Amino acid sequence: MRLIKTLPVLAILFFAISYQADAQCKKFAKDECLPELSGHGYTHDGNYHAAVLVEGEEAELYKTFYSDMEYRVAIVGESKLPAVEFKIMDVNKNVLYSNKDNAYAPTWDFKLQSSQQLKIVVKVSSFNKPGDTPASGCVAIMFGFKLKK
Amino acid sequence: MDKKNRISSVVFLVFILAISLITGCKSGTKPSKEDEEVKLPDNITEIKQDIDQAKRIFNALPSPLESAMLIKSAGAQFNEKLLNPVSKQNTYVTSKAMALNLGVYTCDLSFASLYEQTQLLIDYMNAAKKMADGLGILKAIEQEDIDKLEENINNSEVIMDVVSQTFMNSSSYLEDNGQPATAATGLVGGWIEGLYISTQLVDMKEFNGNKLVGRIIDQKLSIDILIDLLNDSKGVPSVDELIVQVTKLKTVFDKIRLTTGNVKTEYDKTSNTTVLKSEVTTDMTPEIFLELSKTVAEIRNSFVN
Repeated sequence: MRLIKTLPVLAILFFAISYQADAQCKKFAKDECLPELSGHGYTHDGNYHAAVLVEGEEAELYKTFYSDMEYRVAIVGESKLPAVEFKIMDVNKNVLYSNKDNAYAPTWDFKLQSSQQLKIVVKVSSFNKPGDTPASGCVAIMFGFKLKK
Repeated sequence: MDKKNRISSVVFLVFILAISLITGCKSGTKPSKEDEEVKLPDNITEIKQDIDQAKRIFNALPSPLESAMLIKSAGAQFNEKLLNPVSKQNTYVTSKAMALNLGVYTCDLSFASLYEQTQLLIDYMNAAKKMADGLGILKAIEQEDIDKLEENINNSEVIMDVVSQTFMNSSSYLEDNGQPATAATGLVGGWIEGLYISTQLVDMKEFNGNKLVGRIIDQKLSIDILIDLLNDSKGVPSVDELIVQVTKLKTVFDKIRLTTGNVKTEYDKTSNTTVLKSEVTTDMTPEIFLELSKTVAEIRNSFVN
């Protein structure tokens, strides 16, 4: 009963912590993910996607990519997290790329013959330690582009 | 476990984690009776499995910078008359108008930057700053960014970096401060402005085979993403109005045929990139294009006037 009474207060506290955590993700994204683009000849498109994910949690992102461009996707997780897996899929759910097959590389470079909407599935893998508190941390997803040569 | 319960479980587990972080400094001390009353659920393994099935969804529209790059790469010429005049900036006083025109001005300044219209770029950066300031977005565009632009007026790489960073600062501030509806409104403003400029730049005498028309057809791929993005804030009156406008635009896009075959991947050793190869069939008549162009202009004019 006491727990029920205190839940609303604790819920407010939880959301306050969430916002604080997301704000910290912006700094992480700028410091750790952005250099994977701007240091390699790609212009960051300006979009910002980052969130605190818990071990085992999955995120999806939908974006249209254009045939005139070369793209780099960079997906970086905080070092306290286990490996971050990502898959790129077409609209028919065919897997076009998985970084799991490439030693969990944080970036992938690609270009398109014709414009496509692609789905990016990101999953924080697991340390596989039953009973332990799951790890949580920021995961940033960013895109860079340059004109196709 | 149904979806609602699953989400509740995930929220509860994250909540427990947050509390455990706060109370972490108490570890090692004897728990009080009150502490003993709050127990972790026995089914923590089940909840961890539920996390595996929970998903965060992001809907990414082309950024104003990307839209401007697409227009330029299609060979279109710069036309200042198509931009929203900076003289209108003082007329935007509501949050919705400021958010929409933050997107509009950001698209316009991206367009000006790619065509090396340096004075215009600075004027539009100032107009975007006014919108961001009006929305209470701290440090989105600072005077030092504008100074950096002036100092690097001939360095396109630095200019693009500043433009990209200011856009990221605005959208991330709004997302991180619990204003996703305002963030989505700004993104819609920028996307519509890019589509407006594109449609206005098409020369109907050279409609067939026009590369810019191809890029406009490609925007059909983003219309559902746009609607999903707005639906995340459904119930906010200003967003509901935008959903009505964008749904009208979708009915026109639905008249355009766009079919994509299976995508095959091929590694290009010379550029160290993977090429996604696929066959695409598209068809848009001049009549549908004119209807699309008219609808986009109506929506855009409702944003800027």
